[in-house]
Amino acid sequence: MKKGLTLLITLLLLLPMVSVWAGGQQEGAAEAEETEAVVAPEVELDYGKPSGDLEIFSWWAGDEAPALNALIDLYNDDYPQVEVINATVTGGSGVNAKAVLKTRMLGGDPPDSFQVHAGQELIGTWVAAERMLDLTPLFESEGWLDVIPEDLINLIGTENGIWSVPVNVHRSNVMWYIPENLEEWGVEAPQSWDDFLEIADDLEAEGVVPLSLATNWTVNHLWESVALGVLGADKYDGLWNGELSWTSDEAVEVWATLDEILEYTNDDFSSLSWQQATDLVVDGDAAFNIMGDWAAGYMSTTLNLEPGNDYMWAASPGTEGVFMFLADSFGFPKGVKNPAATLSWLKTCGSLEGQDTFNPLKGSISARTDSDLSKYNDYSRSAAEDFADNRIVGSLAHGVTANEGFMNDFATVMEMFLNNRNPEQAANAAQAIAIQNGIVSR
Amino acid sequence: MVGSKKNTVYSMLVLLPSLILLLIFVYGFIGNSFYVSLTDWGTGAALRENPLKNLIGLENYRQLFTGAIHDRFRQDLVNAIFYSLFLVAGTLGLGLFLAIMLDKGPKGENTLRTVFLFPMALSFVVTGTIWRWIFSPKGGVNLIPTWFGKERGEFLWLSSREQVAVFNWQNVPQIVALILFIIFALLLYGGWKKGRQTQIIWGAVLSGLMLFYALVLHNLLPPIIPYEEFHGFSLATIGIIIAAVWQYSGYTMALYLAGLRGLPVAMYESAKMDGASDITYYLKIAIPNMWPITLSAIIIISHISLKLFALIFSMAGADNASTGHPSVLMYLITFRANNFAVGAAISVILFLMAALFIIPYLIQSYRARR
Repeated sequence: MKKGLTLLITLLLLLPMVSVWAGGQQEGAAEAEETEAVVAPEVELDYGKPSGDLEIFSWWAGDEAPALNALIDLYNDDYPQVEVINATVTGGSGVNAKAVLKTRMLGGDPPDSFQVHAGQELIGTWVAAERMLDLTPLFESEGWLDVIPEDLINLIGTENGIWSVPVNVHRSNVMWYIPENLEEWGVEAPQSWDDFLEIADDLEAEGVVPLSLATNWTVNHLWESVALGVLGADKYDGLWNGELSWTSDEAVEVWATLDEILEYTNDDFSSLSWQQATDLVVDGDAAFNIMGDWAAGYMSTTLNLEPGNDYMWAASPGTEGVFMFLADSFGFPKGVKNPAATLSWLKTCGSLEGQDTFNPLKGSISARTDSDLSKYNDYSRSAAEDFADNRIVGSLAHGVTANEGFMNDFATVMEMFLNNRNPEQAANAAQAIAIQNGIVSR
Repeated sequence: MVGSKKNTVYSMLVLLPSLILLLIFVYGFIGNSFYVSLTDWGTGAALRENPLKNLIGLENYRQLFTGAIHDRFRQDLVNAIFYSLFLVAGTLGLGLFLAIMLDKGPKGENTLRTVFLFPMALSFVVTGTIWRWIFSPKGGVNLIPTWFGKERGEFLWLSSREQVAVFNWQNVPQIVALILFIIFALLLYGGWKKGRQTQIIWGAVLSGLMLFYALVLHNLLPPIIPYEEFHGFSLATIGIIIAAVWQYSGYTMALYLAGLRGLPVAMYESAKMDGASDITYYLKIAIPNMWPITLSAIIIISHISLKLFALIFSMAGADNASTGHPSVLMYLITFRANNFAVGAAISVILFLMAALFIIPYLIQSYRARR
């Protein structure tokens, strides 16, 4: 009797497992048929007068919050009847925010608008998933097609549409230093990685860390600057369009150079935030730091340092004349609760006034060519000039050149490399993940 | 008889709602995870409303254990085993020590008991944040030597990349076979001692097979991965282990203290009468008599060791591979790389590991009840 009951209960417990499995199989079979791309619905331009709540999802907390708050204030001046809910999830480069966003999107609870890196990070994840509205009508009616550079439009759009409104442009390949300190140590900003390796020993002898580094993603950030410096812009692009093999001698050389550079970094790097790595430079404990130009925002806005005087910058070694860019943007997810407010928010994000309010505080430059440079500091003016006439390439660590699958796997390859420091093996692993994530074909 | 049948119906009716919820939300979802782990969900448009899934069998599992790009999973698995071992040993040892000290009834026992139990009331996130500061390489415990005029400590704690007890992943099947050989050989020995024929046969056959694999077959078969890959005990995990032991040894102390107080006083007195010292009493009499408590403590702590996600995430961050754990990697692969199928495969492996701890316990308690 007892045995029978146990058996019955066990069978009952197993039943849903089997049924779910069977259901899943049918699901797969049914969908295999519809593989053709569906044209995404376009945004409408008249959702009525905006009111109610507007939830904005981003990872701009802490030191980057003042810029977002200024933009929200500007928005509320124009639309006082909308209540803005500022939903931020902390974590540099959006490491935590993106995961939270995914669970919300999958759960059918999309925020009214969310921050996303322009490029493959948006396209490979959300556009491919058919969860975004095409913003082309908005770009046309607001006249943004004339003021936003075509290169940028191409990167935030596909042949089926334009998917997000870029609010800023950041430069990734920047090296930061304190001119006063360099003078004291008797060194100059290196022009190439060979230069850097030459002066690095002297700096170490002075008791200074030659290059400060922070938590794991900043190592990927350093890698892309090293790759650009070692390969040059054409071959760097070749990694992404399949013209240069990840296992080629040049690609292995990138890893080998990184290996040498890592000898001259602070050994506690994985427990530091990027701000702490910048602090090392500001405090005179380290000579250089390679970080995107949000570091300029941090030093100018949070630490109150004067650009060009208290701190200086140069293109990262070997990348003079190339602008490695990344951009934050806001999109319009399907099925938002308050489309009228979302539309008005996007209008503010793309407006001249909005961009010139946000970017000086963030340390970035406007994605618009007509922005008023007098509102920006010395660093941003120089970045805007470079953006106008430099060769433009996309960043890996910040989602422009590769989809999220590759980005995550690349971080794993980097961890492997940090442990065994084997350039050959890292290059082979990078090739493997490039194939797996569809960056290069087999 | 009629009454008892009625009772059965009522009890079934009362149980039904929670049974249905369990069926759907626990067992149904376990089944679904297992199904997802057999698909390729994650390539291309993984986040579509109706994503494309193709069944690919056990390929994800094969990739995890032998694929070139899942190096981190294998290290995390090794970490998980060490986390479990050290967490169980640490909490049981420290908990028992504290319990014996308190059993002697020192002054302020009640206060001390509360003090030792308090860490358990904290969430892992709080513990993780506190211990992160304590183990920060440029501060915290590394500063202690400077109080005595010595140099600051150099150990990097959570940022350390050093490993000890390093082994080649290619040798893992051999190591596993040898461990199984020892287990089956013990079975054989037990059967021989008690004169159970079937146990002798099974023990002999299985231990023979394992020995044959370890010594002969393993060397003949091609290696599971084509190159040497080294894994070992990451020193960075020491920090996490210390924090977890700190949090849970109060709990094992409470378990053991209850056990010690539950032993009849006569036992202690007669031991004393026979001239046993305190040490002899605790080692030879008290601890063996508390075996059921030790067993349940092992089960509870070892399944807590599989749920270290929150502690690791808040203490070292998800990206720190040296302190990695399969649960953290599962989060990264699922929610950052959108590779849901591989993420599901990792969670199924974690589920099986948890079952490994819990099923023997269930069998044992079921037998004990009969």
